[in-house]
Amino acid sequence: MKDTIPTAKTASRRPEPAARGGRPRRRKLTFDRVTFFLAFLGVPLAIFVIFVLIPFGQAIFWAMTDWRGFSPDYNFVGLDNFTKMFQDDIFLKALRNVALLAVFVPLVTLTLALGVAVAITLGGPSKGPVRGIRGASFYRIISFFPYVVPAIIVGLIWAQMYDPNAGLLNGVLTGLGLDRFDTFAWLGEKATAMPAVMFVIIWGLVGFYAVLFIAAIKGVPAELYEAARIDGAGRLRTTVSITLPAIRDSVQTAYIYLGIAALDAFVYVQAMVPNGGPDNSTLTISQRLFNVAFAKQQFGYATAMGVVLAVVTLVFAALVFLVNRLTGGGEGESKRKAPGSKARRAAAEGGAG
Amino acid sequence: MSVVAADRKPVGDREPVKDRKLTRVAVSGDRRFAAISHALLIVWSVIVIVPMLWVLMSSFKSTGEILSSPFSLPEHWRFENYANAWTDASIGRYFLNSVIVVVSALILVMLLGAMCAYVLARFEFPGRRLIYYVMLAGLTFPVFLAIVPLFFQLQNFGLLNTRPGLILTYVAFALPFTMFFLYAFFRSLPHDVYEAALIDGAGDWRAFFQVMLPMARPGMAAVAIFNFLGLWNQFLLPVALNTDQDMWVLTQGMAAYASSQVYDIDYGALFAAIVITVVPVLIVYCVFQRRIAGSVSQGTFR
Repeated sequence: MKDTIPTAKTASRRPEPAARGGRPRRRKLTFDRVTFFLAFLGVPLAIFVIFVLIPFGQAIFWAMTDWRGFSPDYNFVGLDNFTKMFQDDIFLKALRNVALLAVFVPLVTLTLALGVAVAITLGGPSKGPVRGIRGASFYRIISFFPYVVPAIIVGLIWAQMYDPNAGLLNGVLTGLGLDRFDTFAWLGEKATAMPAVMFVIIWGLVGFYAVLFIAAIKGVPAELYEAARIDGAGRLRTTVSITLPAIRDSVQTAYIYLGIAALDAFVYVQAMVPNGGPDNSTLTISQRLFNVAFAKQQFGYATAMGVVLAVVTLVFAALVFLVNRLTGGGEGESKRKAPGSKARRAAAEGGAG
Repeated sequence: MSVVAADRKPVGDREPVKDRKLTRVAVSGDRRFAAISHALLIVWSVIVIVPMLWVLMSSFKSTGEILSSPFSLPEHWRFENYANAWTDASIGRYFLNSVIVVVSALILVMLLGAMCAYVLARFEFPGRRLIYYVMLAGLTFPVFLAIVPLFFQLQNFGLLNTRPGLILTYVAFALPFTMFFLYAFFRSLPHDVYEAALIDGAGDWRAFFQVMLPMARPGMAAVAIFNFLGLWNQFLLPVALNTDQDMWVLTQGMAAYASSQVYDIDYGALFAAIVITVVPVLIVYCVFQRRIAGSVSQGTFR
């Protein structure tokens, strides 16, 4: 009974495409079919190609020109934009800031999100059916809240929270007797501007990843918890030895998403420190790119920055994959992963055959 | 009910407790774990809620009150802050612009995304894989790489600073996500209903619109919610491509309003404007929150 019930439930929750006959098929061409394909594939693809693919392609080319936009002339300058960029102190500063964001934002966000997810799912009593903690849905709804608030508004709210005179933060701190925070400019001091910005990004994103992890933890086969409990493993032990390894691939995916969000960070910094912060301490590549392009009209140079940002993003993703692989994740995939991946593989095989 | 685990995870359903001693140890451990969990969750909830409540409260205060007493309730509930924000800051117009752009883009992207996903998921033809992977690449690269060429692409088509231009751009950038989510969904739909429709003489068009699309409704709803949030919150694309102030959407209008406030501060109206911006998404969230939580898991970890 213990064996059959969970499998039956899993199967009904995740229908297996191959088994349900999602097999692509080939038929002879008719007029109906040709117009169908033209409309169904042609229209979406045309929009995608015109507004996404071509601009991406053009970006690579323009990055190697000195084009300034509104005049039609430009020179092909090869990699000059890139050498110029790496001698540009402001850009290097932005690169450094972005690296800091990419390291700390995912790390702290994921730690907090995991904490919240574990507390919500495993906080209930450990006997009988595993329930969530009391008030689980309340906590879940609350912690997801900031994610649905537009990022620009999250930034604006916190810009006000941090406000030296009117802000709540200094109000609370002086209320606690810390008078030196009376008019402390959190976003105006070099030492605190960046951490303050990071905190806001984290505040905005934790809820989403907590909900992701809650789902991932729920996907862990129940027999694993059962077995651990019979073996006498405590809560902490269960979390570290069972939950974390089992949702490892989810964590990897989340790490990459978060890194991409942190490398961009445009909305948040535009809302809080549009001028780049004290001594450019919160300037991001995205902000720099935007100014160079739309204020200074140096479109070639700006596009080159876009290329660097894209490369940094890809390198970041590759690093996360590599670290996960080196520390023993990833390769045990076929054994460990949820039925979804098996279904996907089955579907792919079915499609090929 | 604790939605979180009880309804999903059938751990040892109706399993008799095996060892009494083990149980007693577990209970005290449970208490401690639960206490720590509650403490953590309460702290985090406070950090989340307090700024929002503060904004809500301050939106009814005068600037003087906000500066002098950040914690107290407003002396008079100044609803005129909302009127000021709505008219003086043109929040009303930006709101309308946002609604027009987001709703049009949402309808278009759902339709086109479903069509594209359906063809890719259900038919075998040369280049199918290629299209799939090219769209995957479109999802991976940062928008910032494309933003400058996109600006001129729109200019060449005469679409810069126009609603159709912004809408089409929204559609194009939301398309890959929509396609991937619905691709998985269409693959999981049973084939026999489709077969039956064909046998009954339905062509490809009717089979899609009258049979497959209605069956895909749950998947469509989940993607639509995410697309709505994503497009409503979109900032970079409008800021770069939609610079005509009459056309501004809510997010860029808010950013401009906030930065214009540096010299002549009306905090009350600023907070009221923030509340006006947040309320629609909070309503969408509260109505659909259970479905959102469900689709976060489905969509991302398939």
